[in-house]
Amino acid sequence: MARTTSVGISERRKEGPEKLCGQAKYIDDHALPGCMHGVTLRSGVARGLIKSIDFEPGFPWHEYTIVSAVDIPGRNLVTLIEEDQPLLADRKIMHPHEPILLLAHADRAKAYEALKHIRVVYEKQEPVLTMEDSIALKHKIFGEDNVFKSYLIEKGDVAKGFEQARFIIEGEYRVPHQEQAYIENNGMAAWVEEDGTVTVLGSLQCPYYIHKALMKIFHLPEEKIRVIQSTTGGGFGGKEEYPSMIAGHAALLAWKAKKPVKIIYDRAEDMPATTKRHPAIVRHKTGLDKNGKLVAQDVDVIMDGGAYATLSSVVLSRGTLHAAGPYECPNVRVRSKVVATNTPPNGAFRGFGAPQTLFAVELHWEKIARATKIDSLTLRRRNLLKLGSVTATGQILRESVGASDVLERTVKDSGYVKKLKDYARWNKDKKKSCWKGVGLSLVHHGAGFTGSGEVYLASKAGVSITIDGRLQVLAASTEMGQGANTMFAQVASETLGVPYEWVEVETPDTKFVPNSGPTVASRTTMIVGGLVRRAALEMKAALSKEGLVLRTAADLKKAAKILCGSDLIRRFIVQYEKPGEIVWNDKTYKGDAYGAYAFAALVADLEIDKTTFEVKIDKITTAQDIGKAVNPLLTEGQIIGGTAQGVGYALLENAVYKDGAMVNGQFTNYIIPTSMDTPSMKVVIVEKPYSRGPFGAKGVGELPMDTPGPAIAAAVNFAAGIWLTELPLLPEKIFKAKNEAQG
Amino acid sequence: MRGAPETMTVLRPKSAKEAVSLYAQDTGAMPLAGGTDFMVLWNIGLFNNRKILDLSGVRDWRKISATRTSVVIGALATHAEIRRHPLILKEFPLLAEACATIGAAQIQNRGTLGGNIANASPAGDTFPPLLVYEAVVHLVSARGKRELPISEVFAGVKRTTLLKGELIESVELPSLGKRPTRQIFRKVGMRLAQAISKTAAAGLLTLGKGGVVEDFRFSFGSIAQTAVRLTEAESLVVGKKLAPSVIDEACRLMERNVSPIDDIRSTREYRLEVSRNILRRFLEGNRT
Amino acid sequence: MKLKVNGKTRTFSGSPFKRLIEALREDFGLTGTKEGCGEGECGACTVLVDGEAVNSCLIPICQVEGRSIQTVESLGEPGKLSALQEAFMARGGAQCGICTPGMLMTAYAWIKGGGSSDRAAIRECLAGNLCRCTGYQHIVDSVAQAMKGSKKEKRK
Repeated sequence: MARTTSVGISERRKEGPEKLCGQAKYIDDHALPGCMHGVTLRSGVARGLIKSIDFEPGFPWHEYTIVSAVDIPGRNLVTLIEEDQPLLADRKIMHPHEPILLLAHADRAKAYEALKHIRVVYEKQEPVLTMEDSIALKHKIFGEDNVFKSYLIEKGDVAKGFEQARFIIEGEYRVPHQEQAYIENNGMAAWVEEDGTVTVLGSLQCPYYIHKALMKIFHLPEEKIRVIQSTTGGGFGGKEEYPSMIAGHAALLAWKAKKPVKIIYDRAEDMPATTKRHPAIVRHKTGLDKNGKLVAQDVDVIMDGGAYATLSSVVLSRGTLHAAGPYECPNVRVRSKVVATNTPPNGAFRGFGAPQTLFAVELHWEKIARATKIDSLTLRRRNLLKLGSVTATGQILRESVGASDVLERTVKDSGYVKKLKDYARWNKDKKKSCWKGVGLSLVHHGAGFTGSGEVYLASKAGVSITIDGRLQVLAASTEMGQGANTMFAQVASETLGVPYEWVEVETPDTKFVPNSGPTVASRTTMIVGGLVRRAALEMKAALSKEGLVLRTAADLKKAAKILCGSDLIRRFIVQYEKPGEIVWNDKTYKGDAYGAYAFAALVADLEIDKTTFEVKIDKITTAQDIGKAVNPLLTEGQIIGGTAQGVGYALLENAVYKDGAMVNGQFTNYIIPTSMDTPSMKVVIVEKPYSRGPFGAKGVGELPMDTPGPAIAAAVNFAAGIWLTELPLLPEKIFKAKNEAQG
Repeated sequence: MRGAPETMTVLRPKSAKEAVSLYAQDTGAMPLAGGTDFMVLWNIGLFNNRKILDLSGVRDWRKISATRTSVVIGALATHAEIRRHPLILKEFPLLAEACATIGAAQIQNRGTLGGNIANASPAGDTFPPLLVYEAVVHLVSARGKRELPISEVFAGVKRTTLLKGELIESVELPSLGKRPTRQIFRKVGMRLAQAISKTAAAGLLTLGKGGVVEDFRFSFGSIAQTAVRLTEAESLVVGKKLAPSVIDEACRLMERNVSPIDDIRSTREYRLEVSRNILRRFLEGNRT
Repeated sequence: MKLKVNGKTRTFSGSPFKRLIEALREDFGLTGTKEGCGEGECGACTVLVDGEAVNSCLIPICQVEGRSIQTVESLGEPGKLSALQEAFMARGGAQCGICTPGMLMTAYAWIKGGGSSDRAAIRECLAGNLCRCTGYQHIVDSVAQAMKGSKKEKRK
């Protein structure tokens, strides 16, 4: 019999061979007979009212299917948390890429051509374009105060803490928009089946988000809506909520045209119109005693939500919960809010608020180090979270706390301490053609939704055996490159004691898989993988009850017959149950914010060219505690890939906005790292198991996104002898800061 | 994508002669070489309903050959062919280096020198080397042939002085009399590969007896409406020793030939400072 | 118009200005070649024309009349991967997979063209293929492993 241990082994990526042979079907690869191409007419003004929509006379409009807000059979709404975003604007325009009209034509170029023959007349209103203007209530664009959501975390007494402080250091840090830049643009196909079921197939992360949104749009019961995931070419959060919009659009066109309709965005539409990472301003006031121990942290977070609420409240929640960093401090206050601006809504992007606030708290150590004359490594060592530590929300860390482990391992493997000295000496030599720097960061990242979030999701997942003896994992969690399919199959096969190759993963299709929640928040392995393990244990129990052992293909056939009985399939579905020890209060924001935290440290080693101020990272060293690497190769791939996105965030990615719209929305001008810009990385996986995670696993998806920004900023500042606090660290900014530093 | 193929008319000459005669009949046709710039714009729907003069069948214009006093590069030679051609590598390495920084392999395998020139982007990376090598552009039309120094080809952003019906046949690089003492090509882009230039520099310097400058040519791309030679700095430096005061003055004079701007890619100040740094370090003889 | 696609002579009778990528995907049913940007930046559409890596989104099909096109479909089958594809499996070179066909074709041209197996050189060769998932390291590892493998084969 083949090997039956799987967890901890780098099994072959389930869908790898199809991808490598060009056989995996992404949405634009599906040929649908009679399919029309849908396009979207967008507003082009940041704020205003639609006065009229004029169709040029003489244009062959009869060839087109046209949908506007009045055609929507149900509610004109993209269902998410708040009910504020229309599927198609009917009067009010809140941002420059707001969809107004949809058109479909059998010929793609002709569909686009029609957009040039429609004229929308607006009554323009002055837009609110910055967080500062929004807070100052330049115009009211959301509620009474332009605030979508605010939070307060309080621990101890911050005022008293500052009274005890020997040092008080303040700083302000800023981070910009960031584009997810998946290489496959957003795309969705839709059709209506004979029984009236509205079906969509597309590139997406969260099938049941779309399912829920379509029910409202069409006013149909859940069994009349079907959502299927096609192979998805990257998501990173960018296909978490916006696909609900596109699915609604494609479905409306298909429903009206009575034909399949595909909407495939091109890059120049996808990049400016869809969601970005929230820009943020984070202010820290930090009190420390003479030994550099934290006595008070007062943090103020402002995020730019864009024009609609979308996921901003949850992004802000995660940002707020990570704002104090992986440190213990007796007195903490975090105040946060996310405000409205007349820019396209910002949304989910790997890290989901945490990279923003962790950038601030981590870079702030360098400022504290300058003031206290205690180096930032020592400061981190003295304050980091340990077993038994109490976090800002009052959570007592009972297990799986790898902060110190990842820090020490990263420092050792990178030669950080020696490099600090060597580079300080190097930088004194005026003859050298570059400055050199090293920088360090230490982060934590909560896995899964917040304590109450997972309860609210109440996710279900399962395993099944079909009458013909196929073992399948059933979950709505999507494979988008991160390795979900492979991980699920490993967890299920290890639990069942069967070879990895025996287990298949069912395509996320709401007709066949239960709602295991969205594929976000570093929750797929820890939460959904945990459900799959429980379901597999149930199947195993059912097998042993029947005296069945799965050793050979014949065993499997026999088991299938007995377990399925007269049915075609026997499913074992389990639902999330909150571990008893997790207690969270959503009102006071106190308690166990997350079941467990993953930890990571990173050292960036770089040089800056004195002629051009270009930064070249020579080496990145990072150790990450994720509980257990179910598949070490794929885990390392997540870490390196996430880190590379962080490198882009730190150094290159600069979304330029004018009048509320991104003006560099193509790959020519929105610059993401190439193979030449991405350094060689040394990755160390640390495994401090979490008892509630499957085989000890915590989350890994978002964690690597948190570390590069602050470490690279620290290294750049060290190298050039400057103090930059806003990403991206463009050569233009380094040059300017250097000039100013030299007076 | 928004380009509509069925709205396009394509003329496909098989020889230079045919190309010239087709173009003479239809000067509104758009000549197409490697397509690496044109097709980007066509894809977004900017050039539907146009007539295209596809030059890819004109094999003669793809050759790279040597004369007794020069190297002649056919207009349709690709960046990849130029960057690895032994004659270019030996005699005109700055052009080879420039071609190696244009896009990445895929673009270099398609993009052509002639297309690059005709496109006349201010950020054309081959232009600084062509300027310091004092390339001569050979033009052909139904009226006959014409030679134009590269310095007279560019009329502004994306504009050339080519006349109606004229096509670029080849680019001739006159052999340098003496091997330069120092030479440089330096491109500063938005990232380390596959990037549009914020500034690009090419320079040659020949020192004579006693360290007196015999020849000095320096040019920049991306920091003016067209690529430019630093005419004033050049004439100041030639005939002098590279004393600090001379270098300072040359760096000051640089600004008379360039006019960088703020745009979505960079700032005027940065472009100016970095360009000046490149020039200064080159004159000082430092590695940059 | 005739051209060779993955070793077979094919006839194309559509518009001569149809882009190669669309002809491959729509007329020849070869959807392995992907479009990521339509402007020659991402390299997802990379195919080989007479052995050279090019962006098929920037080529009107008339420009490749009579020439030989190679796409990812020519490399191997899921049950019978080529050495290069096998190296991508073993070293984690593919994640979401959308850049993978282009990445493979660029690497394939590099290996066939006798490119250097030095890691810096591999990085340079791949600079025209954007990947957002992997951070490139596992792709470089994959190409390096494939090159090591092919050298060994030659020595045998």
